Amino acid sequence: MTSRTERRGVSAALKQGQITPTELCQKCLSLIKKTKFLNAYITVSEEVALKQAEESEKRYKKGRSLGDLDGIPIAVKDNFSTSGIETTCASNMLKGYVPPYNATVVQKLLDQGAVLMGKTNLDEFAMGSGSTDGAFGPVKNPWSYSKQYREKRKQKPHGEKEDSDWLITGGSSGGSAAAVAAFTCFAALGSDTGGSTRNPAAHCGVVGFKPSYGLVSRHGLIPLVNSMDVPGILTRCVDDAAIVLGMLAGHDPKDSTTIQDPVKPFTLPTLTDVSKLCIGIPKEYLAPELSGEVRSFWSKAANLFESEGAKVIEVSLPHTSYSIVCYHVLCTSEVASNMARFDGLEYGHRCDINVSTEAMYAATRREGFNDVVRGRILAGNFFLLKENYENYFIKAQKVRRLIANDFVKVFNSGVDVLLTPTTLRGAAPYLEFIKEDNRTRSAEDDIFTQAVNMAGLPAVSVPVALSNLGLPIGLQFIGRAFCDQQLLKIAKWFEKQVQFPVIQLQELMDDGSSISEIEKLASVSLKH
Amino acid sequence: MWALATRLGLRSWLGWRRGFTSKADPQGSGRVTAEVIEHLERLALVDFGSQEAVARLEKAIAFADRLRAVDTDGVEPMESVLEDRCLYLRSDSVVEGNCAEELLQNAHQVVEEYFVAPPGNISLPKQDEQEPFSDN
Repeated sequence: MTSRTERRGVSAALKQGQITPTELCQKCLSLIKKTKFLNAYITVSEEVALKQAEESEKRYKKGRSLGDLDGIPIAVKDNFSTSGIETTCASNMLKGYVPPYNATVVQKLLDQGAVLMGKTNLDEFAMGSGSTDGAFGPVKNPWSYSKQYREKRKQKPHGEKEDSDWLITGGSSGGSAAAVAAFTCFAALGSDTGGSTRNPAAHCGVVGFKPSYGLVSRHGLIPLVNSMDVPGILTRCVDDAAIVLGMLAGHDPKDSTTIQDPVKPFTLPTLTDVSKLCIGIPKEYLAPELSGEVRSFWSKAANLFESEGAKVIEVSLPHTSYSIVCYHVLCTSEVASNMARFDGLEYGHRCDINVSTEAMYAATRREGFNDVVRGRILAGNFFLLKENYENYFIKAQKVRRLIANDFVKVFNSGVDVLLTPTTLRGAAPYLEFIKEDNRTRSAEDDIFTQAVNMAGLPAVSVPVALSNLGLPIGLQFIGRAFCDQQLLKIAKWFEKQVQFPVIQLQELMDDGSSISEIEKLASVSLKH
Repeated sequence: MWALATRLGLRSWLGWRRGFTSKADPQGSGRVTAEVIEHLERLALVDFGSQEAVARLEKAIAFADRLRAVDTDGVEPMESVLEDRCLYLRSDSVVEGNCAEELLQNAHQVVEEYFVAPPGNISLPKQDEQEPFSDN
């Protein structure tokens, strides 16, 4: 397979006419069809995509391309509003709902000429860590069908598709992660409230980036937790994530929680010398449940930085063990409030009961929401009851400050970036995963990722290596607030050192498509 | 047919509420009494639907109780990580709107430019009341 260092940028290829936007779009559409069994997409916007590709082609012919994203296929998680395209949040509540506007981040991508392939699958209303609890079914991890995984399991790659033991993608942006991992698009939008972009990125072997809270507009992102949600970016390499971030970041008058500091698109510089860096290893993240393999990769990564001259020190985030509890209370409380808008009157599902508004709302919400969503709404309402407000909600807000302060202290002591695992282990088989309920799984799986959301910091999961089972393992870098560029610079250096292997998807190669075509798509990023 | 099925569904839901008994859950806090259930269901307008859901809430509360161990004396609650910045206020000028037709398209029941709602100010029936639904 072509190594990463030899890849040609697809943007350059488009500019030079080596491939047209329409050809690229059609290739991706065909891949989407071939990988339909992954269930990564809820809606494939074929007509829209081809039309956008056509327009992009006209621009290229006139030599007037809009930039690096012009003609590039992208996918968007189905909790971002897309004008004229159904937006469901993988819930019965919004089946058939067609927003009359684009989310700001979607509009920005379209303004750059990106080609929208479709809306990707997720856990219902982005609640979950497996992408298994949506109304359109679970998403399957492409690595379940990879040569690397199947060889380890001693399964014939070309044999009968053994499908009962497929693996989850992680969540909740599992569809986006799978879409990027399976080459059906070059970048995808996810959302990140407690790790929902970084978790599936780690399980699917792609880069999952969570920007600083306030850097990227949330207008049009159907909210889960207003004080923690951010749009996330999933790509196959760090450079691509930086390109997308450059286009999305910046103040939005429609989202008053975006900061007003000026932000310019940037080219990510290449770091060659890490000797001036200080990497922090939070000792509380050495959880007993952490798998030996992930621990070993974490340790090797730390050693790698040290061997290249960086200062690597152990740091402490003392309130780590309370972080997930605090997140649980704040999340359910804000969810209880945010889900109140779904009453069947102005949009979304509406039941047939017309006796009274209350009866109508209650029945609509029972029919529209799944158990997970209802469970969180009820828990949130419990914590917000007058008699509980002080002891749960306010208490959690106080603990949130302690957690955020932990990070501030560490960064003030001279640490540039923290290095932690992203997940406890590699992707689990679906049948294993569903043995525990959503809340339990979320509490386990979000353990390394959610504290970052509470502190509003930028973080990125970078695929490191394959486990003994042939599955991707990712590591997480956490940066200072609004130092997203520096964070990505360090992540890019690390990515180059580890040379994570390209997924070998037999499914795509079986039907006679020329290997070189797949290789081309597999190994290219947007730029060199 | 569908309306009938929905009414039956609602009736069985109300029936469940009527027949509920609070069982002690070894992992739970025993705080989710029948009273609390009714209260929450009316506030949230979302029903528990099963004993399992009640048990899950008990576990969620027990989980949240772990916060008691943290010393938060003198700590201010944090509402937003951007608390040190001023929220942006845009100028009060109308730049968009006039899209009533577009917005009405997403609603199920609409009359001219109104969203149609069933009659209000009617509380959900209490646990021990007969359901007052007449045949629609």
